[in-house]
Amino acid sequence: MNSVERTDVLVIGSGFGGAIAAYHLAAGGAKVVVLERGPWLSSGEYEHDFKLGSSYTRIFDFVVGDGMSVLGGNCVGGGSVVYFAAMPRAPRFVFERRGSIARRMWPAAIDRDTLDPWYDRVEESIPITRQGWDDVSYAGGLWAAACRHAGRTANPVPAAVDTSTCVNCNWMMAGCRFDAKQSLLLNYLPAALAHGAQIRPLHEVQRISKTGDGGYRVHYLHVNDEDYRLTEGSGTIDAKVIVIAAGAAATPVILQRSEPDLGPMPYGVGRYFSGNGERLNTAVLNEDKVRDVLGLDRGDGLAYAANQIGKGPTVANWDRLDGSLPEYTRYSLEQLYFPPGLGTILALTDGPDASWFGPRKKEMLKRWQSWLIIFQMIEDDNEGVFGPPPERGNADRLSQQMLGVGRLSYKPTANTQAAWAMADADCKDILERDGLATVTPWTNDLVGAYTVHPLASCRIGDDPHTSALDDRHEVRGHPGIFVTDGSAVPGALTVNPAMTISALAERAVPGIVRAAQERGVEVTYGAPAPDGSTSGRRGTAHLVPSLMRK
Amino acid sequence: MGPQTPDDHEHRTATLEAFADTIIPGEKRSAGDRAVAGVGQGGGAVQAGAIELLEWDATGLTGGLGDFARALDGHATAYAAEHGIVLDGDVPAFVSLSYDDRAALVRWLTAPGHPEKALWVSLALFCNMAYDSAAHMSTADALAAGHPGLTAMGLSLPDADGLWRFRAWSYGRPLADIHPDTLPNGSLA
Repeated sequence: MNSVERTDVLVIGSGFGGAIAAYHLAAGGAKVVVLERGPWLSSGEYEHDFKLGSSYTRIFDFVVGDGMSVLGGNCVGGGSVVYFAAMPRAPRFVFERRGSIARRMWPAAIDRDTLDPWYDRVEESIPITRQGWDDVSYAGGLWAAACRHAGRTANPVPAAVDTSTCVNCNWMMAGCRFDAKQSLLLNYLPAALAHGAQIRPLHEVQRISKTGDGGYRVHYLHVNDEDYRLTEGSGTIDAKVIVIAAGAAATPVILQRSEPDLGPMPYGVGRYFSGNGERLNTAVLNEDKVRDVLGLDRGDGLAYAANQIGKGPTVANWDRLDGSLPEYTRYSLEQLYFPPGLGTILALTDGPDASWFGPRKKEMLKRWQSWLIIFQMIEDDNEGVFGPPPERGNADRLSQQMLGVGRLSYKPTANTQAAWAMADADCKDILERDGLATVTPWTNDLVGAYTVHPLASCRIGDDPHTSALDDRHEVRGHPGIFVTDGSAVPGALTVNPAMTISALAERAVPGIVRAAQERGVEVTYGAPAPDGSTSGRRGTAHLVPSLMRK
Repeated sequence: MGPQTPDDHEHRTATLEAFADTIIPGEKRSAGDRAVAGVGQGGGAVQAGAIELLEWDATGLTGGLGDFARALDGHATAYAAEHGIVLDGDVPAFVSLSYDDRAALVRWLTAPGHPEKALWVSLALFCNMAYDSAAHMSTADALAAGHPGLTAMGLSLPDADGLWRFRAWSYGRPLADIHPDTLPNGSLA
């Protein structure tokens, strides 16, 4: 029983970065195995239930760090199953950002123009809807009306949601029961399976070692399907090429833990983490003012009182996404639904004795249906650093599911804090006009800052001192190991990042195919979109030769 | 942890109830209720099921609840001594404190820089979850049973199959001008 399992390409993680790579490599003829630490649920298993042990806690992970907590997916399909499906492209100025290193942080090869064809390829593969005002939820409409009242614009957000089947239940973080959300389980992953890729859930990769023939050995633990604190055995798989896409809170941890076997890691592994500059504000609306000042009426006697209704974010204010403004003053303000469970404890009462608990907080909760949550995405300073890895995975798991303590440390710089303060003031300015609402930011005192979009902990770049990956996503000094998830994004994007993570993963594939070919794998590049469409492939064809260069 | 007598368990429960009631306060369950301070109207975290949730090992806190209660009573004793408060020996020290003193102590224990902060925040998190999401029971069942938190927050009832569907969700009309640089695909140029 000592036979060693071998594959051509081993993909760690099945979110955007993993699924896109797995599909193209399998379609190109490579033998692909995907290891996913979380369970594999189908749409019938997605529950509308906050009970611990329901799909909500099985597929969602909350890792508490020192100064930064990270929320992410933990299932086959990764973030795409639990996310709110906002899919905007990053604004042009983002690619010119300098951030904490005082020079352009993106590789010279990438700007908005060179990434647009890859965005197009994603848009052909994951159906994305430009939402109309009929699709916009009451909460989004309220945010739009408040923005107009304050002299601002407001945009319905492009989303990977089939609005014809969406029932606006706002249970997106528990998985979409109605297959309205176009998660990877509906496009890239089934296409990868059809081309022979294997996906193995509840396989938590711990580390990578060398095989002696230029290949790699991946070491994993089987995770219990109900109590993730427990493991049930272990195993290894050998592969010629490794694609790590475990998420920006886990990918660097796997590489750190592999360092004794693989040799020194680039300085950027586990450094430059960005929380995408995220922060939340809660507005508690005065229903009478919503009617009188904004002229809104649901037609059923209510002006708003619809916090529970919708599909995550539907409308964003993008007035500050202006490349002529200085760095750290550009941000989105996006209406967002955040469910109870984690979505109320950090909200603060207003007034001088702001508190997250107590009698006044209880009174605030009574008005929960009149809450409007605004999501800020500012430019942060890539302050996050990962400490030494925990015993297994990326966290010491506290609860049977969902809650663990990780090793990420994040101390916001003056730039980040000033940007948050500016965005806080802007939210207040828009929503407190004429007594519409009282607005308070969520406290960072309890679990630090928090992000649902961890980025940059193993990023691409041209400078080996500040980027763990070259511009083709290969880990510097470790040929044949690639990173294609949010870790690879150089910094905060000022918008939701799934679209950019996906476009970068699409762009990384030709280089991974080339590396596999050099390692003797019979694989070609050039698969169409998962549904067979080919215009995205045509649009990127001129960019492929340079990405497949030796 | 050593063996516990029923008294230990009662003390532990009373202390944890008083902590949960500090996070989301409710009204007293009876005239002699000491754990619930009675500064809130309607049910608070205790009535919402905080102890049931904490006693469920899925939280990861259950094995440490005795330690939590002992530590909290220890902090309460020290707090009382420091503030010249005479404790009532009939109930655990934390239960003996007034609501305002309980709140001041919880604020201190969960403030940035306190060495035990992470522990007390995790306890508070689950107390809050008992109220705002009834994490110890099915959400539909909780609503049907008139769960104090979900009911007070005004969550609507699901359809008969336990799933939420909203037939009306939108004002259905343009409510702002869009950004002038918006492309046909909805992103900015």
